[in-house]
Amino acid sequence: MSSDPAIDEQSVATKRFILWVPLAVAAIFFGFFGYALFFGNSSPQQRAIESQLIGEPMPEFALEPSLPGRPGLSSADLATGEPRLVNFFASWCVPCIAEAPQLLQLRDAGVQIDAIAVRDRPEDVYAFLQRWGDPYQRIGADTQSEAQLALGSSGVPETFIVDGDGVIVHQHIGDIRPEHVPEILAALENAQ
Amino acid sequence: MIAEAGLAALWLAAALCGLQLIFGVMALRSDSSGAVNVIRPVAIVQGLLSIFSFAMLVWLFMRTDLSVELVAANSHSAKPMLYKFSGTWGNHEGSMLLWVAILALSGSLVAMFEKRLKERTLTATLAAQAAIGLGFYAFLIFASNPFARLSPAPVEGRGLNPLLQDPGLAFHPPTLYVGYVGLSIAFSFAVGALLTRDVGPTFARAMRPWVLASWIFLTIGIAAGSYWAYYELGWGGWWFWDPVENASLMPWLAATALLHSVTVLATRDALRAWTIMLAVVAFSMSMLGTFLVRSGVLTSVHAFAVDPQRGTFILALLILYIGGALALYAIRVSTVREGEQFEFMSREGALVANNLLLSAILGIVLIGTLYPLGVEAVTGEQLSVGPPYFNATAGPLAMLLVAAMAIGPLLRWRRDTWRNVMNRISLPVLITALALMALVLFASPIGILPMLGLMLAAGVAAASIAPLWKRNLRRTPMFIYGMVIAHLGIAVSMAGMAFESAFSEEVLVASAPGETHQVGPYSVTFDGTRPVAGPNWTAIEGGLTVQRGDGDPFVLTPQSRMFSSPQTETNEAAIRTGWTGQLYTVLGSSDGTGRSQLRLWYKPFVTLIWLGALLIALGGLLSLIGRVRRERRTMEREAWA
Repeated sequence: MSSDPAIDEQSVATKRFILWVPLAVAAIFFGFFGYALFFGNSSPQQRAIESQLIGEPMPEFALEPSLPGRPGLSSADLATGEPRLVNFFASWCVPCIAEAPQLLQLRDAGVQIDAIAVRDRPEDVYAFLQRWGDPYQRIGADTQSEAQLALGSSGVPETFIVDGDGVIVHQHIGDIRPEHVPEILAALENAQ
Repeated sequence: MIAEAGLAALWLAAALCGLQLIFGVMALRSDSSGAVNVIRPVAIVQGLLSIFSFAMLVWLFMRTDLSVELVAANSHSAKPMLYKFSGTWGNHEGSMLLWVAILALSGSLVAMFEKRLKERTLTATLAAQAAIGLGFYAFLIFASNPFARLSPAPVEGRGLNPLLQDPGLAFHPPTLYVGYVGLSIAFSFAVGALLTRDVGPTFARAMRPWVLASWIFLTIGIAAGSYWAYYELGWGGWWFWDPVENASLMPWLAATALLHSVTVLATRDALRAWTIMLAVVAFSMSMLGTFLVRSGVLTSVHAFAVDPQRGTFILALLILYIGGALALYAIRVSTVREGEQFEFMSREGALVANNLLLSAILGIVLIGTLYPLGVEAVTGEQLSVGPPYFNATAGPLAMLLVAAMAIGPLLRWRRDTWRNVMNRISLPVLITALALMALVLFASPIGILPMLGLMLAAGVAAASIAPLWKRNLRRTPMFIYGMVIAHLGIAVSMAGMAFESAFSEEVLVASAPGETHQVGPYSVTFDGTRPVAGPNWTAIEGGLTVQRGDGDPFVLTPQSRMFSSPQTETNEAAIRTGWTGQLYTVLGSSDGTGRSQLRLWYKPFVTLIWLGALLIALGGLLSLIGRVRRERRTMEREAWA
């Protein structure tokens, strides 16, 4: 159709060039896949959920004592100038039994531990501590899960580390296994 | 011995596959005729051997032979027989073996039934199919051997992911895989045609039934997966724009475009280079999906094993096949004679619009799927691209696409005039306007997308039937009916989506026994919970007495299941399907004082989504039968002449 052969030639060259575009696009994708595969970060599964509460002050709560003769726990009790652990537990919770030796180990290392007993009865808490050991200083009775909800905790056991100003610095979801103890101690060290 | 027989068959099939490739290349270089008579039987036997190998694996799973590592890792003797059977492909190695078996079977079917294609092109096609096969056999044998033994054999297996313990596992993966891997035929056809420069109507007519068949399976597979996720996950949603869902949607979009462009090529000898491109892209998307799911780049219920070595292997295969095909395309397609020209206002024009819109949606989905992976790979930051992005970008394009779909079949080939077009679409446009009026007048205010969706669905339903207007219905070819039904299916499906997003009602309560909750037209009374036990699970079952108006009350029993091996909790939703919608109930956790969390949805006309998908697949099937019959008649006539 065109009468000018030069233009024709040019348009043919452009056409030739366009034909390589799909390969170029594919090559870019391959390069990116290779990068993701070899240099990418670890798979998402292996990463822990970052708590939204880290760096926030402890939400307000005030809990009645769970055991007679032992003080209850309120958020004001936590700003003591010393970092502390707050451990959510319950006598009806099986992983809490698994975690008990590690808590005792932490207490023996000089860590201050307070507890919140979730939906529990005093006599059951007493029996639980008699049987599995009692590492706690204060125990608040969270009979309606209020403190648990305020802290955004999803279940028991769960452990928070609070610094001397009552600010949450670490959240441990699930039971503390022996391999977690150094991690907890390091977090307490950092909170000093 | 069963495992050894399976492995031996796999090796033998791989060897035959190599032979098929060598024969093919030799035949193409020497220009010898008759080579196809040797290659055909090789391809057929190769397919049979890989099917045999797969059957051996199925047998091992059904016997729960724990001396085989794969069975021990993924099965359990207490599992019901159906899940022992379907559990064969509920893991990485088994699903890859199924993939390869279907690939080999596709080659066999082409070798057995393809009569239209020129001999040289068929030889090149079977050689290309063998080249793909060889890479995946190597992947299976060297990186994912499903038959590896375990010594000593464990006493009990580790069990199957409970989310997969559902009848859905028996249908969804095999149909989806047939669709995915069936597209390899189109890919091999394209490569074969590029090698022999044989692109034209005959080639297109030969390729069409294969594309159509894979597309039908792909459609059913995606719809089945969507429904499965809908009732099994207990989230009440039917599409989440999850990367793995997108990985199945992308080949479907490409195959849908291919299906339409191949028709243009067959009828009018236009769109030659484009059709070849789409055939390459469609199967490339299938392989990309396999890579994403199997390499561990993505994490989901579909990614059974995270293994960078396998990822590397599949990536190498992708580079080899996709890169090779695209390079061949760049070199060769300019030597393919240019196709016919056409006017914009014509059937071809509408089909080009369809192709461009489908490609644009494909691009959007591809970018949305890969972008988070890219960001995470480079910066380590995790982000997700979800429905807001996809709905806002793909939604409007899908509407345009559907509008083009309504008009296209009413246009003539070559050229048409605006006046004629206006005449033919006046009734559908009127119906669209009436639907809009009805929605504005009678429905409560709804979002813009659902509103457009409902309106268009009404118009498109009318327009899709319009091609039958003034036709002699008994003499109308079957593939026209196929098109009409498939397009009607799109309208039905779209109506379902729009209804679901506009008119769903949701109730989330912590309910005490005896309380009654109202959702949509149903009143649901919570009767309390009781424990129940199954073969490999225990569950808390909620009892719900449901009544609709003055109708007979019925009982729904949603469960919260705890599987013993592996220990996982799943929610079994209880669903009641009525004529006008579904009641979808999920039992959540209880708080220890007798109250239980209940999640109730009323979803009007939600079933239309999957019903529409079935209509689409049915339309494809009618079209396939119609085309194959007509081809056979033409060939018989030619044989006589």
